Amino acid sequence: MTTADLKPRTGLTSMSGRRRLTDNTARVAVTLAVLLAVLPLGWLVWTLVARGIGPILDVDWWTSSERYGGAANAIVGTLIQTAIAAVVAVPLGVLVAIYLVEYGSRKSMLTRVTTFMVDVLSGVPSIVAALFVYAVWRTTLGLPRSGLVVALALVLLMVPLVVRATEEMLKIVSQDLREAAYALGVPKWKTILRVVLPTAMSGIITGIMLAVARVMGESAPVLILVGATRAMNLNPFEGNQQSLPLMMLQEYNKGPSGFDTVWGAALTLVIAVAIVYVIARLLSRFTGPMKQGR
Amino acid sequence: MSSGASAEPEAEQAFEPAPPSGRGTPSRSTGSTVSRAGDRVMRTLSTGSGLLVSVVIGLIAIFLLIQAVPALAQNTENFFTYQGAWSTSGDLKFGIPRQFYATVLVSVIALIIAMPVALGIALFVTEYAPKRLAGPIAYTVDLLAAIPSIVYGLWGILVLGPAMVGINGWLVDNLGWLPFFAAPENAANMSTGGTMLTAGIVLAVMILPVITAVTREVFSQTPHGHREAALALGASQWEVVRYAVLPFGFSGYISGSMLGLGRALGETMALMLIISTAGPINFNLMESGETFATIIANNAAEFDNPLKTGAYISAGLVLFALTFIVNAAARAVISRKA
Repeated sequence: MTTADLKPRTGLTSMSGRRRLTDNTARVAVTLAVLLAVLPLGWLVWTLVARGIGPILDVDWWTSSERYGGAANAIVGTLIQTAIAAVVAVPLGVLVAIYLVEYGSRKSMLTRVTTFMVDVLSGVPSIVAALFVYAVWRTTLGLPRSGLVVALALVLLMVPLVVRATEEMLKIVSQDLREAAYALGVPKWKTILRVVLPTAMSGIITGIMLAVARVMGESAPVLILVGATRAMNLNPFEGNQQSLPLMMLQEYNKGPSGFDTVWGAALTLVIAVAIVYVIARLLSRFTGPMKQGR
Repeated sequence: MSSGASAEPEAEQAFEPAPPSGRGTPSRSTGSTVSRAGDRVMRTLSTGSGLLVSVVIGLIAIFLLIQAVPALAQNTENFFTYQGAWSTSGDLKFGIPRQFYATVLVSVIALIIAMPVALGIALFVTEYAPKRLAGPIAYTVDLLAAIPSIVYGLWGILVLGPAMVGINGWLVDNLGWLPFFAAPENAANMSTGGTMLTAGIVLAVMILPVITAVTREVFSQTPHGHREAALALGASQWEVVRYAVLPFGFSGYISGSMLGLGRALGETMALMLIISTAGPINFNLMESGETFATIIANNAAEFDNPLKTGAYISAGLVLFALTFIVNAAARAVISRKA
């Protein structure tokens, strides 16, 4: 029973001209809003491809570091920093979600506080997260800048995303499934690890991938937590480490001579994000409870 | 759940085995699952992680405060009223009115542009679009959120800005008598298009997905009864929206917009590329400006002693407080609705 089916089409209740006009105006306005939103996306993607395709079609772009005219060091740096962030943030976020769904009762103070704090954390601007890590790592502990420090800031930004996604997925796991496990005498922790998590796994992985995509392009932390370098640095624990956002900024600051490289790096970054997105999308389409639910 | 009412109470107990107080004692007495070492480890781990989130938020506030206080104490000007240049070499002189103004102005421009568009998209997806179109459109709008902010900034200053130059010039020439479109003090703005207006437009695109997602969610929950009742009375599609959907979902729309505002306030890289020089406090959209986030990012190179850094951290602290308030208010409205 869609709205369209119910709309009176007979002459019994013919609409007055003015009402019809309002109705049509609204329809046009709403359609215009959609076009207005798609316009910048199309424009942006077009610009990215048109201006960025040149540099990235070169094999050197992917294989050699900036010193030799490529971007491999920035690509590798971005991947390393994102990977470290994910390694820390994913277990943490999943555990928080398990607490919220499996252990916390809705009435308990801690549960409500935690839910609220996850919301607050998801609203913390990336520059503030970076400043916090700076205040702890550099000022208080006096430790040097490195790729790892960026990853720590990314953890702060990633945890709430993982928690939200996992929480949603755990909530839709059927209670009957848990009861069945308990009835067989399976302890609660094993039920969570062996029954609940596997059931929700594909949805959780999708959520995690989306979270990874979101933090991958974060650029505020790299600005104050790590130094730029044109050389390859595979060690996130020591020394400067390049990443795509940092490379973009550096090249941008050179002025028009660097713009080609900037667009190349931008396109590379967007492609990286897009790959992660597509994987997430495919995972959610071909597996898991989402499919059964619909 | 189909096994009848008698099974209900037992099932309930099985999920909340032990009250928090009885953590050490076996929970067998309540007739629930067996308590083992694994259970305690799992419970402790997950509860600990939950606690950690709150602790981290607390630490953020505390650390920023500790770092900001010495600088604030050394500040020779009033932090809340000093409008001059931000100076950390020699005597500390800094104040936030200009940053506060620029942050709020850009965010408000973004909201004014994004709110009606988001409302339109949400209505289109939930009310107007055929089912086959609704999904792809919603997905496309969500894609806007996937593009990194630095890419938006780049696009804003290198593509949209130059495209805006003509429009800006026309506005200044023809509507210059309005305070919004007066010729800027910094003439460079006019040649690059790096104005508050450009920044606001880019920000609007960036926050659009957040607002749309929340609004869509709320609108789709409009009770069928309301809709059908309106239709039964012979309402047109617009009247269904006007009298059933909007009254039901309006508060959700507002809180979604506030979440968008929260994002706009903290946006760093895009704004840093588009508007990076300090501007005066007036309503001129052709001016440039420095927000809390961009002044921190712009001066990252100056973070060489704790006092200087503290000055910028105090700006970060204000930004943290600002986004905290906005987000908390938005969430409060949403949770009351749900």
